Amino acid sequence: MQLIKFTKKGIYCPQGEFYLDPWFPVDYAVISHGHADHARWGMKHYLCQHDSKAILQHRIGADIKIESLGYNDPININGVNVSFYPAGHVIGSAQIRLEHKGFVVVFSGDYKTQPDFISTPFESVKCNTFITESTFGLPIYHWKSEKELQNELQQWVINNQANNRTSVFLGYSLGKAQRLMSLLEGADHIYVHRAIHNLNEAISNSGIQLPETTLLTNDFDKKALQNKIIIMPPGLLGSRLLKRVPNAATAICSGWMQIRGNKRWQAVDAGFTVSDHADWNGLISAVKDSEAEQVYVTHGSQAIFAKYLNEIGIKADELKTEYGEEVMAKAEQEYEKVVAQ
Amino acid sequence: MKQFSELISTIEITNKTNAKIDALVDYFKTAPEKDKLWLIALFTGKRPPRPVKTTLMKQWCMEITQLPEWLFLESYSTVGDLGETLALLSPKPSCQIDRSLSEWMAELKTLKPKEEDEKKAYVLNAWSGLHQQERLIFNKLIGGSFRIGVSKKTLVNALAKLTGIHANQLMHSIIGNWDIDSISFEDLINGSHINYDNSKPYPFSLAYALEKELLELGEPKDWMVEQKWDGIRGQIVKRNSEIYIWSRGEELVTQQFPELVEVMSNFKDDFVIDGEILAMKDNTILLFNDLQKRLNRKNVTKKLLQEVPVGFYAYDLLEFNNEDVREKTMKERRLILEQLFGSIMLPEYLKLSFIIDFEKWEELYNVRANSRMLNSEGLMLKQKASPYHTGRKKGDWWKWKVDPLTIDVVMIYAQKGSGRRSSKYTDYTFAVKKDDKLVTVAKAYSGLTDKEITEISKWVNKNAIEKFGPVRTVKPELVFEIAFEGIALSNRHKSGVALRFPRIVRWRKDKPASEIDTIETVKQLITAT
Repeated sequence: MQLIKFTKKGIYCPQGEFYLDPWFPVDYAVISHGHADHARWGMKHYLCQHDSKAILQHRIGADIKIESLGYNDPININGVNVSFYPAGHVIGSAQIRLEHKGFVVVFSGDYKTQPDFISTPFESVKCNTFITESTFGLPIYHWKSEKELQNELQQWVINNQANNRTSVFLGYSLGKAQRLMSLLEGADHIYVHRAIHNLNEAISNSGIQLPETTLLTNDFDKKALQNKIIIMPPGLLGSRLLKRVPNAATAICSGWMQIRGNKRWQAVDAGFTVSDHADWNGLISAVKDSEAEQVYVTHGSQAIFAKYLNEIGIKADELKTEYGEEVMAKAEQEYEKVVAQ
Repeated sequence: MKQFSELISTIEITNKTNAKIDALVDYFKTAPEKDKLWLIALFTGKRPPRPVKTTLMKQWCMEITQLPEWLFLESYSTVGDLGETLALLSPKPSCQIDRSLSEWMAELKTLKPKEEDEKKAYVLNAWSGLHQQERLIFNKLIGGSFRIGVSKKTLVNALAKLTGIHANQLMHSIIGNWDIDSISFEDLINGSHINYDNSKPYPFSLAYALEKELLELGEPKDWMVEQKWDGIRGQIVKRNSEIYIWSRGEELVTQQFPELVEVMSNFKDDFVIDGEILAMKDNTILLFNDLQKRLNRKNVTKKLLQEVPVGFYAYDLLEFNNEDVREKTMKERRLILEQLFGSIMLPEYLKLSFIIDFEKWEELYNVRANSRMLNSEGLMLKQKASPYHTGRKKGDWWKWKVDPLTIDVVMIYAQKGSGRRSSKYTDYTFAVKKDDKLVTVAKAYSGLTDKEITEISKWVNKNAIEKFGPVRTVKPELVFEIAFEGIALSNRHKSGVALRFPRIVRWRKDKPASEIDTIETVKQLITAT
């Protein structure tokens, strides 16, 4: 059964007449989460999970036509049963489940199988067709537990403080920033860049509680900031703002930091492997647990992951999409620029 | 090994030499005696032979992870380092083994003669008891380099900061003959096993690039002009029957050039001379590329000595029979050097750098233009009345290099780098036009900024034709200007030409691939030089 079609505008459900995370303007878009490569501007109608609503309104526009649902709270769109399941990626991130005449497709968007302190934990959903990302689709990627990460990050802050240095963490304003806040909560006072601050406000206003932070104003007091914690978007590496931070020790937080070469590529003081995507075992277990007969592999190491799945007896094909880190990084930086003005 | 592991992490994340030095100093202040000695041994190439073959380690890793070989290789090409790939692929540790660096080294030493299954059991056990970073270090202890940018010089500078002893003396001490089981750290750095008076070098005198017209230099007769040889600068110290060779970077490289040590021992006098170490065969100077095969080798094999013999062109004298002659004039120093070289039968690989005879400055333009044919980089101009300066001083010594040749080429293959650059496509293969096809002319990997490399890497990801393996064939679209020092006809290369030191000058975003050079225009450069 063909419940989805891969078109130029994105993944389309012909029976339901809607798109999943389309990359061109369409009439009806079902959105997995708020990152810029998945939730784009120009849709006539948006449908997302409750916790993503404020994020989309904040980023795309307060006047967009938007509806939201809770997790596992199905609605019927033109005879297709649509529901959201937690993806464990960022606040409000969802896998989109479609069901029509007993046939089930799950589009997982971006996901992370390991639980963290801030997003609703990933839930596996059985389906006939599973669409998976493959950002970290190589067996070299294995994440530490959230507890281990917390120790590692907080220990780094303590060491920095012993050396009279201010800890600066770089992470995207949606997702990584809130994750870092949850990991660093209690270590010391946390300052956040305006792009993060504004998004945090939008999230808090919709009723989600976030760790306490202070806005890093442009005319910040150097003395007050000394030895504290700052979170800012990665685009600000090398910026004047960062250079003005007193005795900054800078850390990049990303899954790519798993490889030594990537750490050394950037002139930073530390690289922590903190990812909001599934690691290798996470990808494999999500695919296996879905029990899907057909898997489509999108953005990342799609060729490698699809080849491996076929070798272990799971029918998988590559699927070319416009999602992915590069697209997202670019768009995220645009948001940050707008905020900075 | 926690302390050593932390040291490596600290060193590898920073690109500041001072931060590396501070981390090393901290380690030397707090690490156990034996571990300090092992650190020095590991970073100076004094390591025991590899006890386990890498192919076996790879095989065991595939066995325990049940990964197919192609996936192992994909992982390896992404990581760019075998020891690190093994550390990342192996399952999470199930226990914790806590041993010091020296304990590991002692165990590894006894592992060498053992049977394969014993080795396997040992390695797998170690993997299961070490977390990722320590596991990586364990793999590196077995064999392979750390590639973290700690040169002997950095190590020596750290020891100098720690002890206040002069860096060159420490260099001699750590390079000298010492055995880890029979020396203390203190004795080693104090140099109880060496006589520094015999090896002590002088700072090199360095030249600036010529920045004025020749005519402005004054009278031609006041100047001495030589070829600017393109090897590595070397200072040879002979005192009390001991011979030492120092490189420009103040590293002792004596062991790398046994033929030079041998010929120097024929002299009766003691001296310190400055000159150029060159690869030389049948009285012809070879390319620097050839000389590179001889550099930084732990063992210089007989085969290598025959394949790439080296020679020495002497151009200055700094000390003669224990007298510092650096304040004498260039002319006087040269005279003593000539007498010295007249005192023995010189083999053809030991020469005085010859002085170019000229009366008018204009004559030198031709000489310079032809210097490529001698595999020289251009000319050196030295004031005859000048002393041997300490370091770089303007005015007395000038280097006047030939201009590089340049062509416009298109990128056809890209490959990921290793170490720091393993995540980016940094090594490119370039082609020029041959009729309506493309033909490879050069491989180059330097000359671009990190930002440009990142941009090109993204482009390669999007425009690659294959999906697997380390090398990507790309659409011939990106045009680069590359420079090189020389060009010769070659049967070994498909294009029929070999370029010397190709490097990227700039990325020509302004040029379409249709405007790149053709093989005919490239070949014309041969006759032009």
